[in-house]
Amino acid sequence: MYSYDQYDTQLVNERVAQFRDQVQRRLDGRLSEEEFRPLRLLNGLYLQLHAYMLRVAVPYGTLSSAQLRMLAQIARRYDRGYGHFTTRQNIQYNWTKLEDAPDILADLASVEMHAIQTSGNTIRNTTSDPYAGVAAEELEDPRVYCEIIRQWSTLHPEFTFLPRKFKIAVTASPNDRAAVKVHDIGIAIRKNAEGETGFEILVGGGLGRTPMVGKTIRDFLPKEHLLSYLEAILRVYNLNGRRDNKYKARIKILVHDLGTDAFREQVDAEWENLRGKGPELPPAEMERIRAFFAPPEYEKPGSNHQDYIEKLRTNAGFAEWVRANVVEHKQNGYAIVNISLKPEGGIPGDATAVQMDSVADLAEKYSMAEIRVTHQQNLVLPNVRQADLFVMWEELRSQGLATNNIGLISDIIACPGLDYCGLATARSIPVAQRISTRFADLKRQHDLGELQLKISGCINACGHHHVGHIGILGVDRNNEEYYQITLGGRADENAAIGKIIGRAFSSDDVVDAVETVVNTYVDQRQDDERFIDTYERIGPKPFKEALYDAA
Amino acid sequence: MTLLKGGTPIEDSWVHLDDETAAPAGAAITVSFARWQAESEALKASGVTLGVRLTGDDAAEEIADDLNALQLVVIAFPAFTDGRGYSIARILRERYGYEGEVRATGNVLRDQASLMTRCGFDAFDLAAHTDVADWLEGLKDITLEYQPAADRRRSVPQIRHA
Repeated sequence: MYSYDQYDTQLVNERVAQFRDQVQRRLDGRLSEEEFRPLRLLNGLYLQLHAYMLRVAVPYGTLSSAQLRMLAQIARRYDRGYGHFTTRQNIQYNWTKLEDAPDILADLASVEMHAIQTSGNTIRNTTSDPYAGVAAEELEDPRVYCEIIRQWSTLHPEFTFLPRKFKIAVTASPNDRAAVKVHDIGIAIRKNAEGETGFEILVGGGLGRTPMVGKTIRDFLPKEHLLSYLEAILRVYNLNGRRDNKYKARIKILVHDLGTDAFREQVDAEWENLRGKGPELPPAEMERIRAFFAPPEYEKPGSNHQDYIEKLRTNAGFAEWVRANVVEHKQNGYAIVNISLKPEGGIPGDATAVQMDSVADLAEKYSMAEIRVTHQQNLVLPNVRQADLFVMWEELRSQGLATNNIGLISDIIACPGLDYCGLATARSIPVAQRISTRFADLKRQHDLGELQLKISGCINACGHHHVGHIGILGVDRNNEEYYQITLGGRADENAAIGKIIGRAFSSDDVVDAVETVVNTYVDQRQDDERFIDTYERIGPKPFKEALYDAA
Repeated sequence: MTLLKGGTPIEDSWVHLDDETAAPAGAAITVSFARWQAESEALKASGVTLGVRLTGDDAAEEIADDLNALQLVVIAFPAFTDGRGYSIARILRERYGYEGEVRATGNVLRDQASLMTRCGFDAFDLAAHTDVADWLEGLKDITLEYQPAADRRRSVPQIRHA
């Protein structure tokens, strides 16, 4: 993975000192809250319902063991002993104090981390495939370009006060695990007819109150032009995006209002002025960054590999966990291991300091000291020898980290909701917990198969409900929490926005409603059809009838 | 107001005309973009020293052909959150090679000073109560940048591979 040189270190340290001074000026009254607000937001510090929340960037979801240990230490020292992994591969601390924030940032800087631009109307953390570099079917490691974008976007002088926040995601796999179609810019690494790799560029995807699937504006961008092309898109957006209404300020609205072709023409005109100039990266710099992501030395499967095969045959619990949580690795004899942060009845994405330390230890022992954060709010150990899987599983079990529900109905994405968030209109976490408990029977979950359930506590859609196979949106109706259900959304390479199935359900009824939807699927499915396939085949009608006609 | 140019407080010698008042002889004047569009030929012929005032709604491209006649471009920041002026300044400096004064006015805050400088601003209208020494300190917070911009400082990638 990438490691800082003297310049990266100096820049982050200067940023910490700058923020320390800004906090001091706020504390002694030289800065008003109004003046301080944009400064703290540019350093990831939000004022939530009960406390300051600090969002720390996990660049493209990649962490070292040392970094994860520091995240655990911060949870213990400055928070209540836990952190919350987010849908953008970041971590949030929900109970921090303003006066501690500079020290937290200094601690982060000591392990080459920061909270720069994790909030504010600026370019946010670039996200990627959690299996980057190890997925069997990927074209190349997308993190090379994520790191290039991270550096280019960090403290970019022109794009710090955009009309609205700006999110970029990069994938290099035909199976999109980075949700590139619902980002402001989605970048998909493709191969052209000549066998060269380059970028398909999508713009204008996003969720929020106006969900949209991104449009391709360039089929194949040669790699050397990545930064000039991004700069052209951002400049067109910065100058022309709406600033009169924050709900219409995202780039998706600009692309929609102009039309994809007209938007592309504006970008191309701007690009003509930038191509081959300033922002382009020197080729030697691209190679320098690429070298950090060179594949590690993998071992050939040894004689103990047979033990793994034997354990799979004889230990049903282990075999079930492997089936749900372990993914094929590009290297024979290795595996990608998902660690679910969705235990029965738990808070999706939360991890205690003890758990973070355990995962850091396991990564050191079994996964070349590397960890990934997924946008599904889970963790991944990307480089585990198959021969080590059984002992590792036993260690995970002892830490309560072996829940084998990846991709199943209890692997829920949920935003913090009204338990923490000032924008929320309803709670998300308790609904997630009740659904998780209702479907606790793992046998039943496995029978239901892949089913993505996503919950947002308000229309801003941080819980991605629009792209859940089953989406749940919390709304406020006369000071009572109600939940609207959408069906048929998906965030993968065939991204689609779910449709509202009918009137909302009370908090008491929403879990029953989910069960009705699930039972309808079971009644209607053919063979091995997944929920989403059944829904796409039969449409909303049977679900609607089951939910509303019986009453 | 305090006008800061090249790191030094100076008197503003420019007369910022509204759209009706005639240009006083021998003065250095700025006019709004609208007036510039209507009267640029007459103004250029009048022999006064000229500047134009842009807002985020005005495109730098529209004054590109006139830049030789303009000694000053004032770019307004009605709110510090309105970041359009950063792009306008870079286009003036980098695309058109404009070398006259580019002045930021309006809601110009200490913590944006270095960003503005990097985008090509070289003069700043500061609110009356601003502590100038403190404001200038803000320019020193971050001494490295990853991206080349209008200030032509060497970026980190360029330093790495010098």
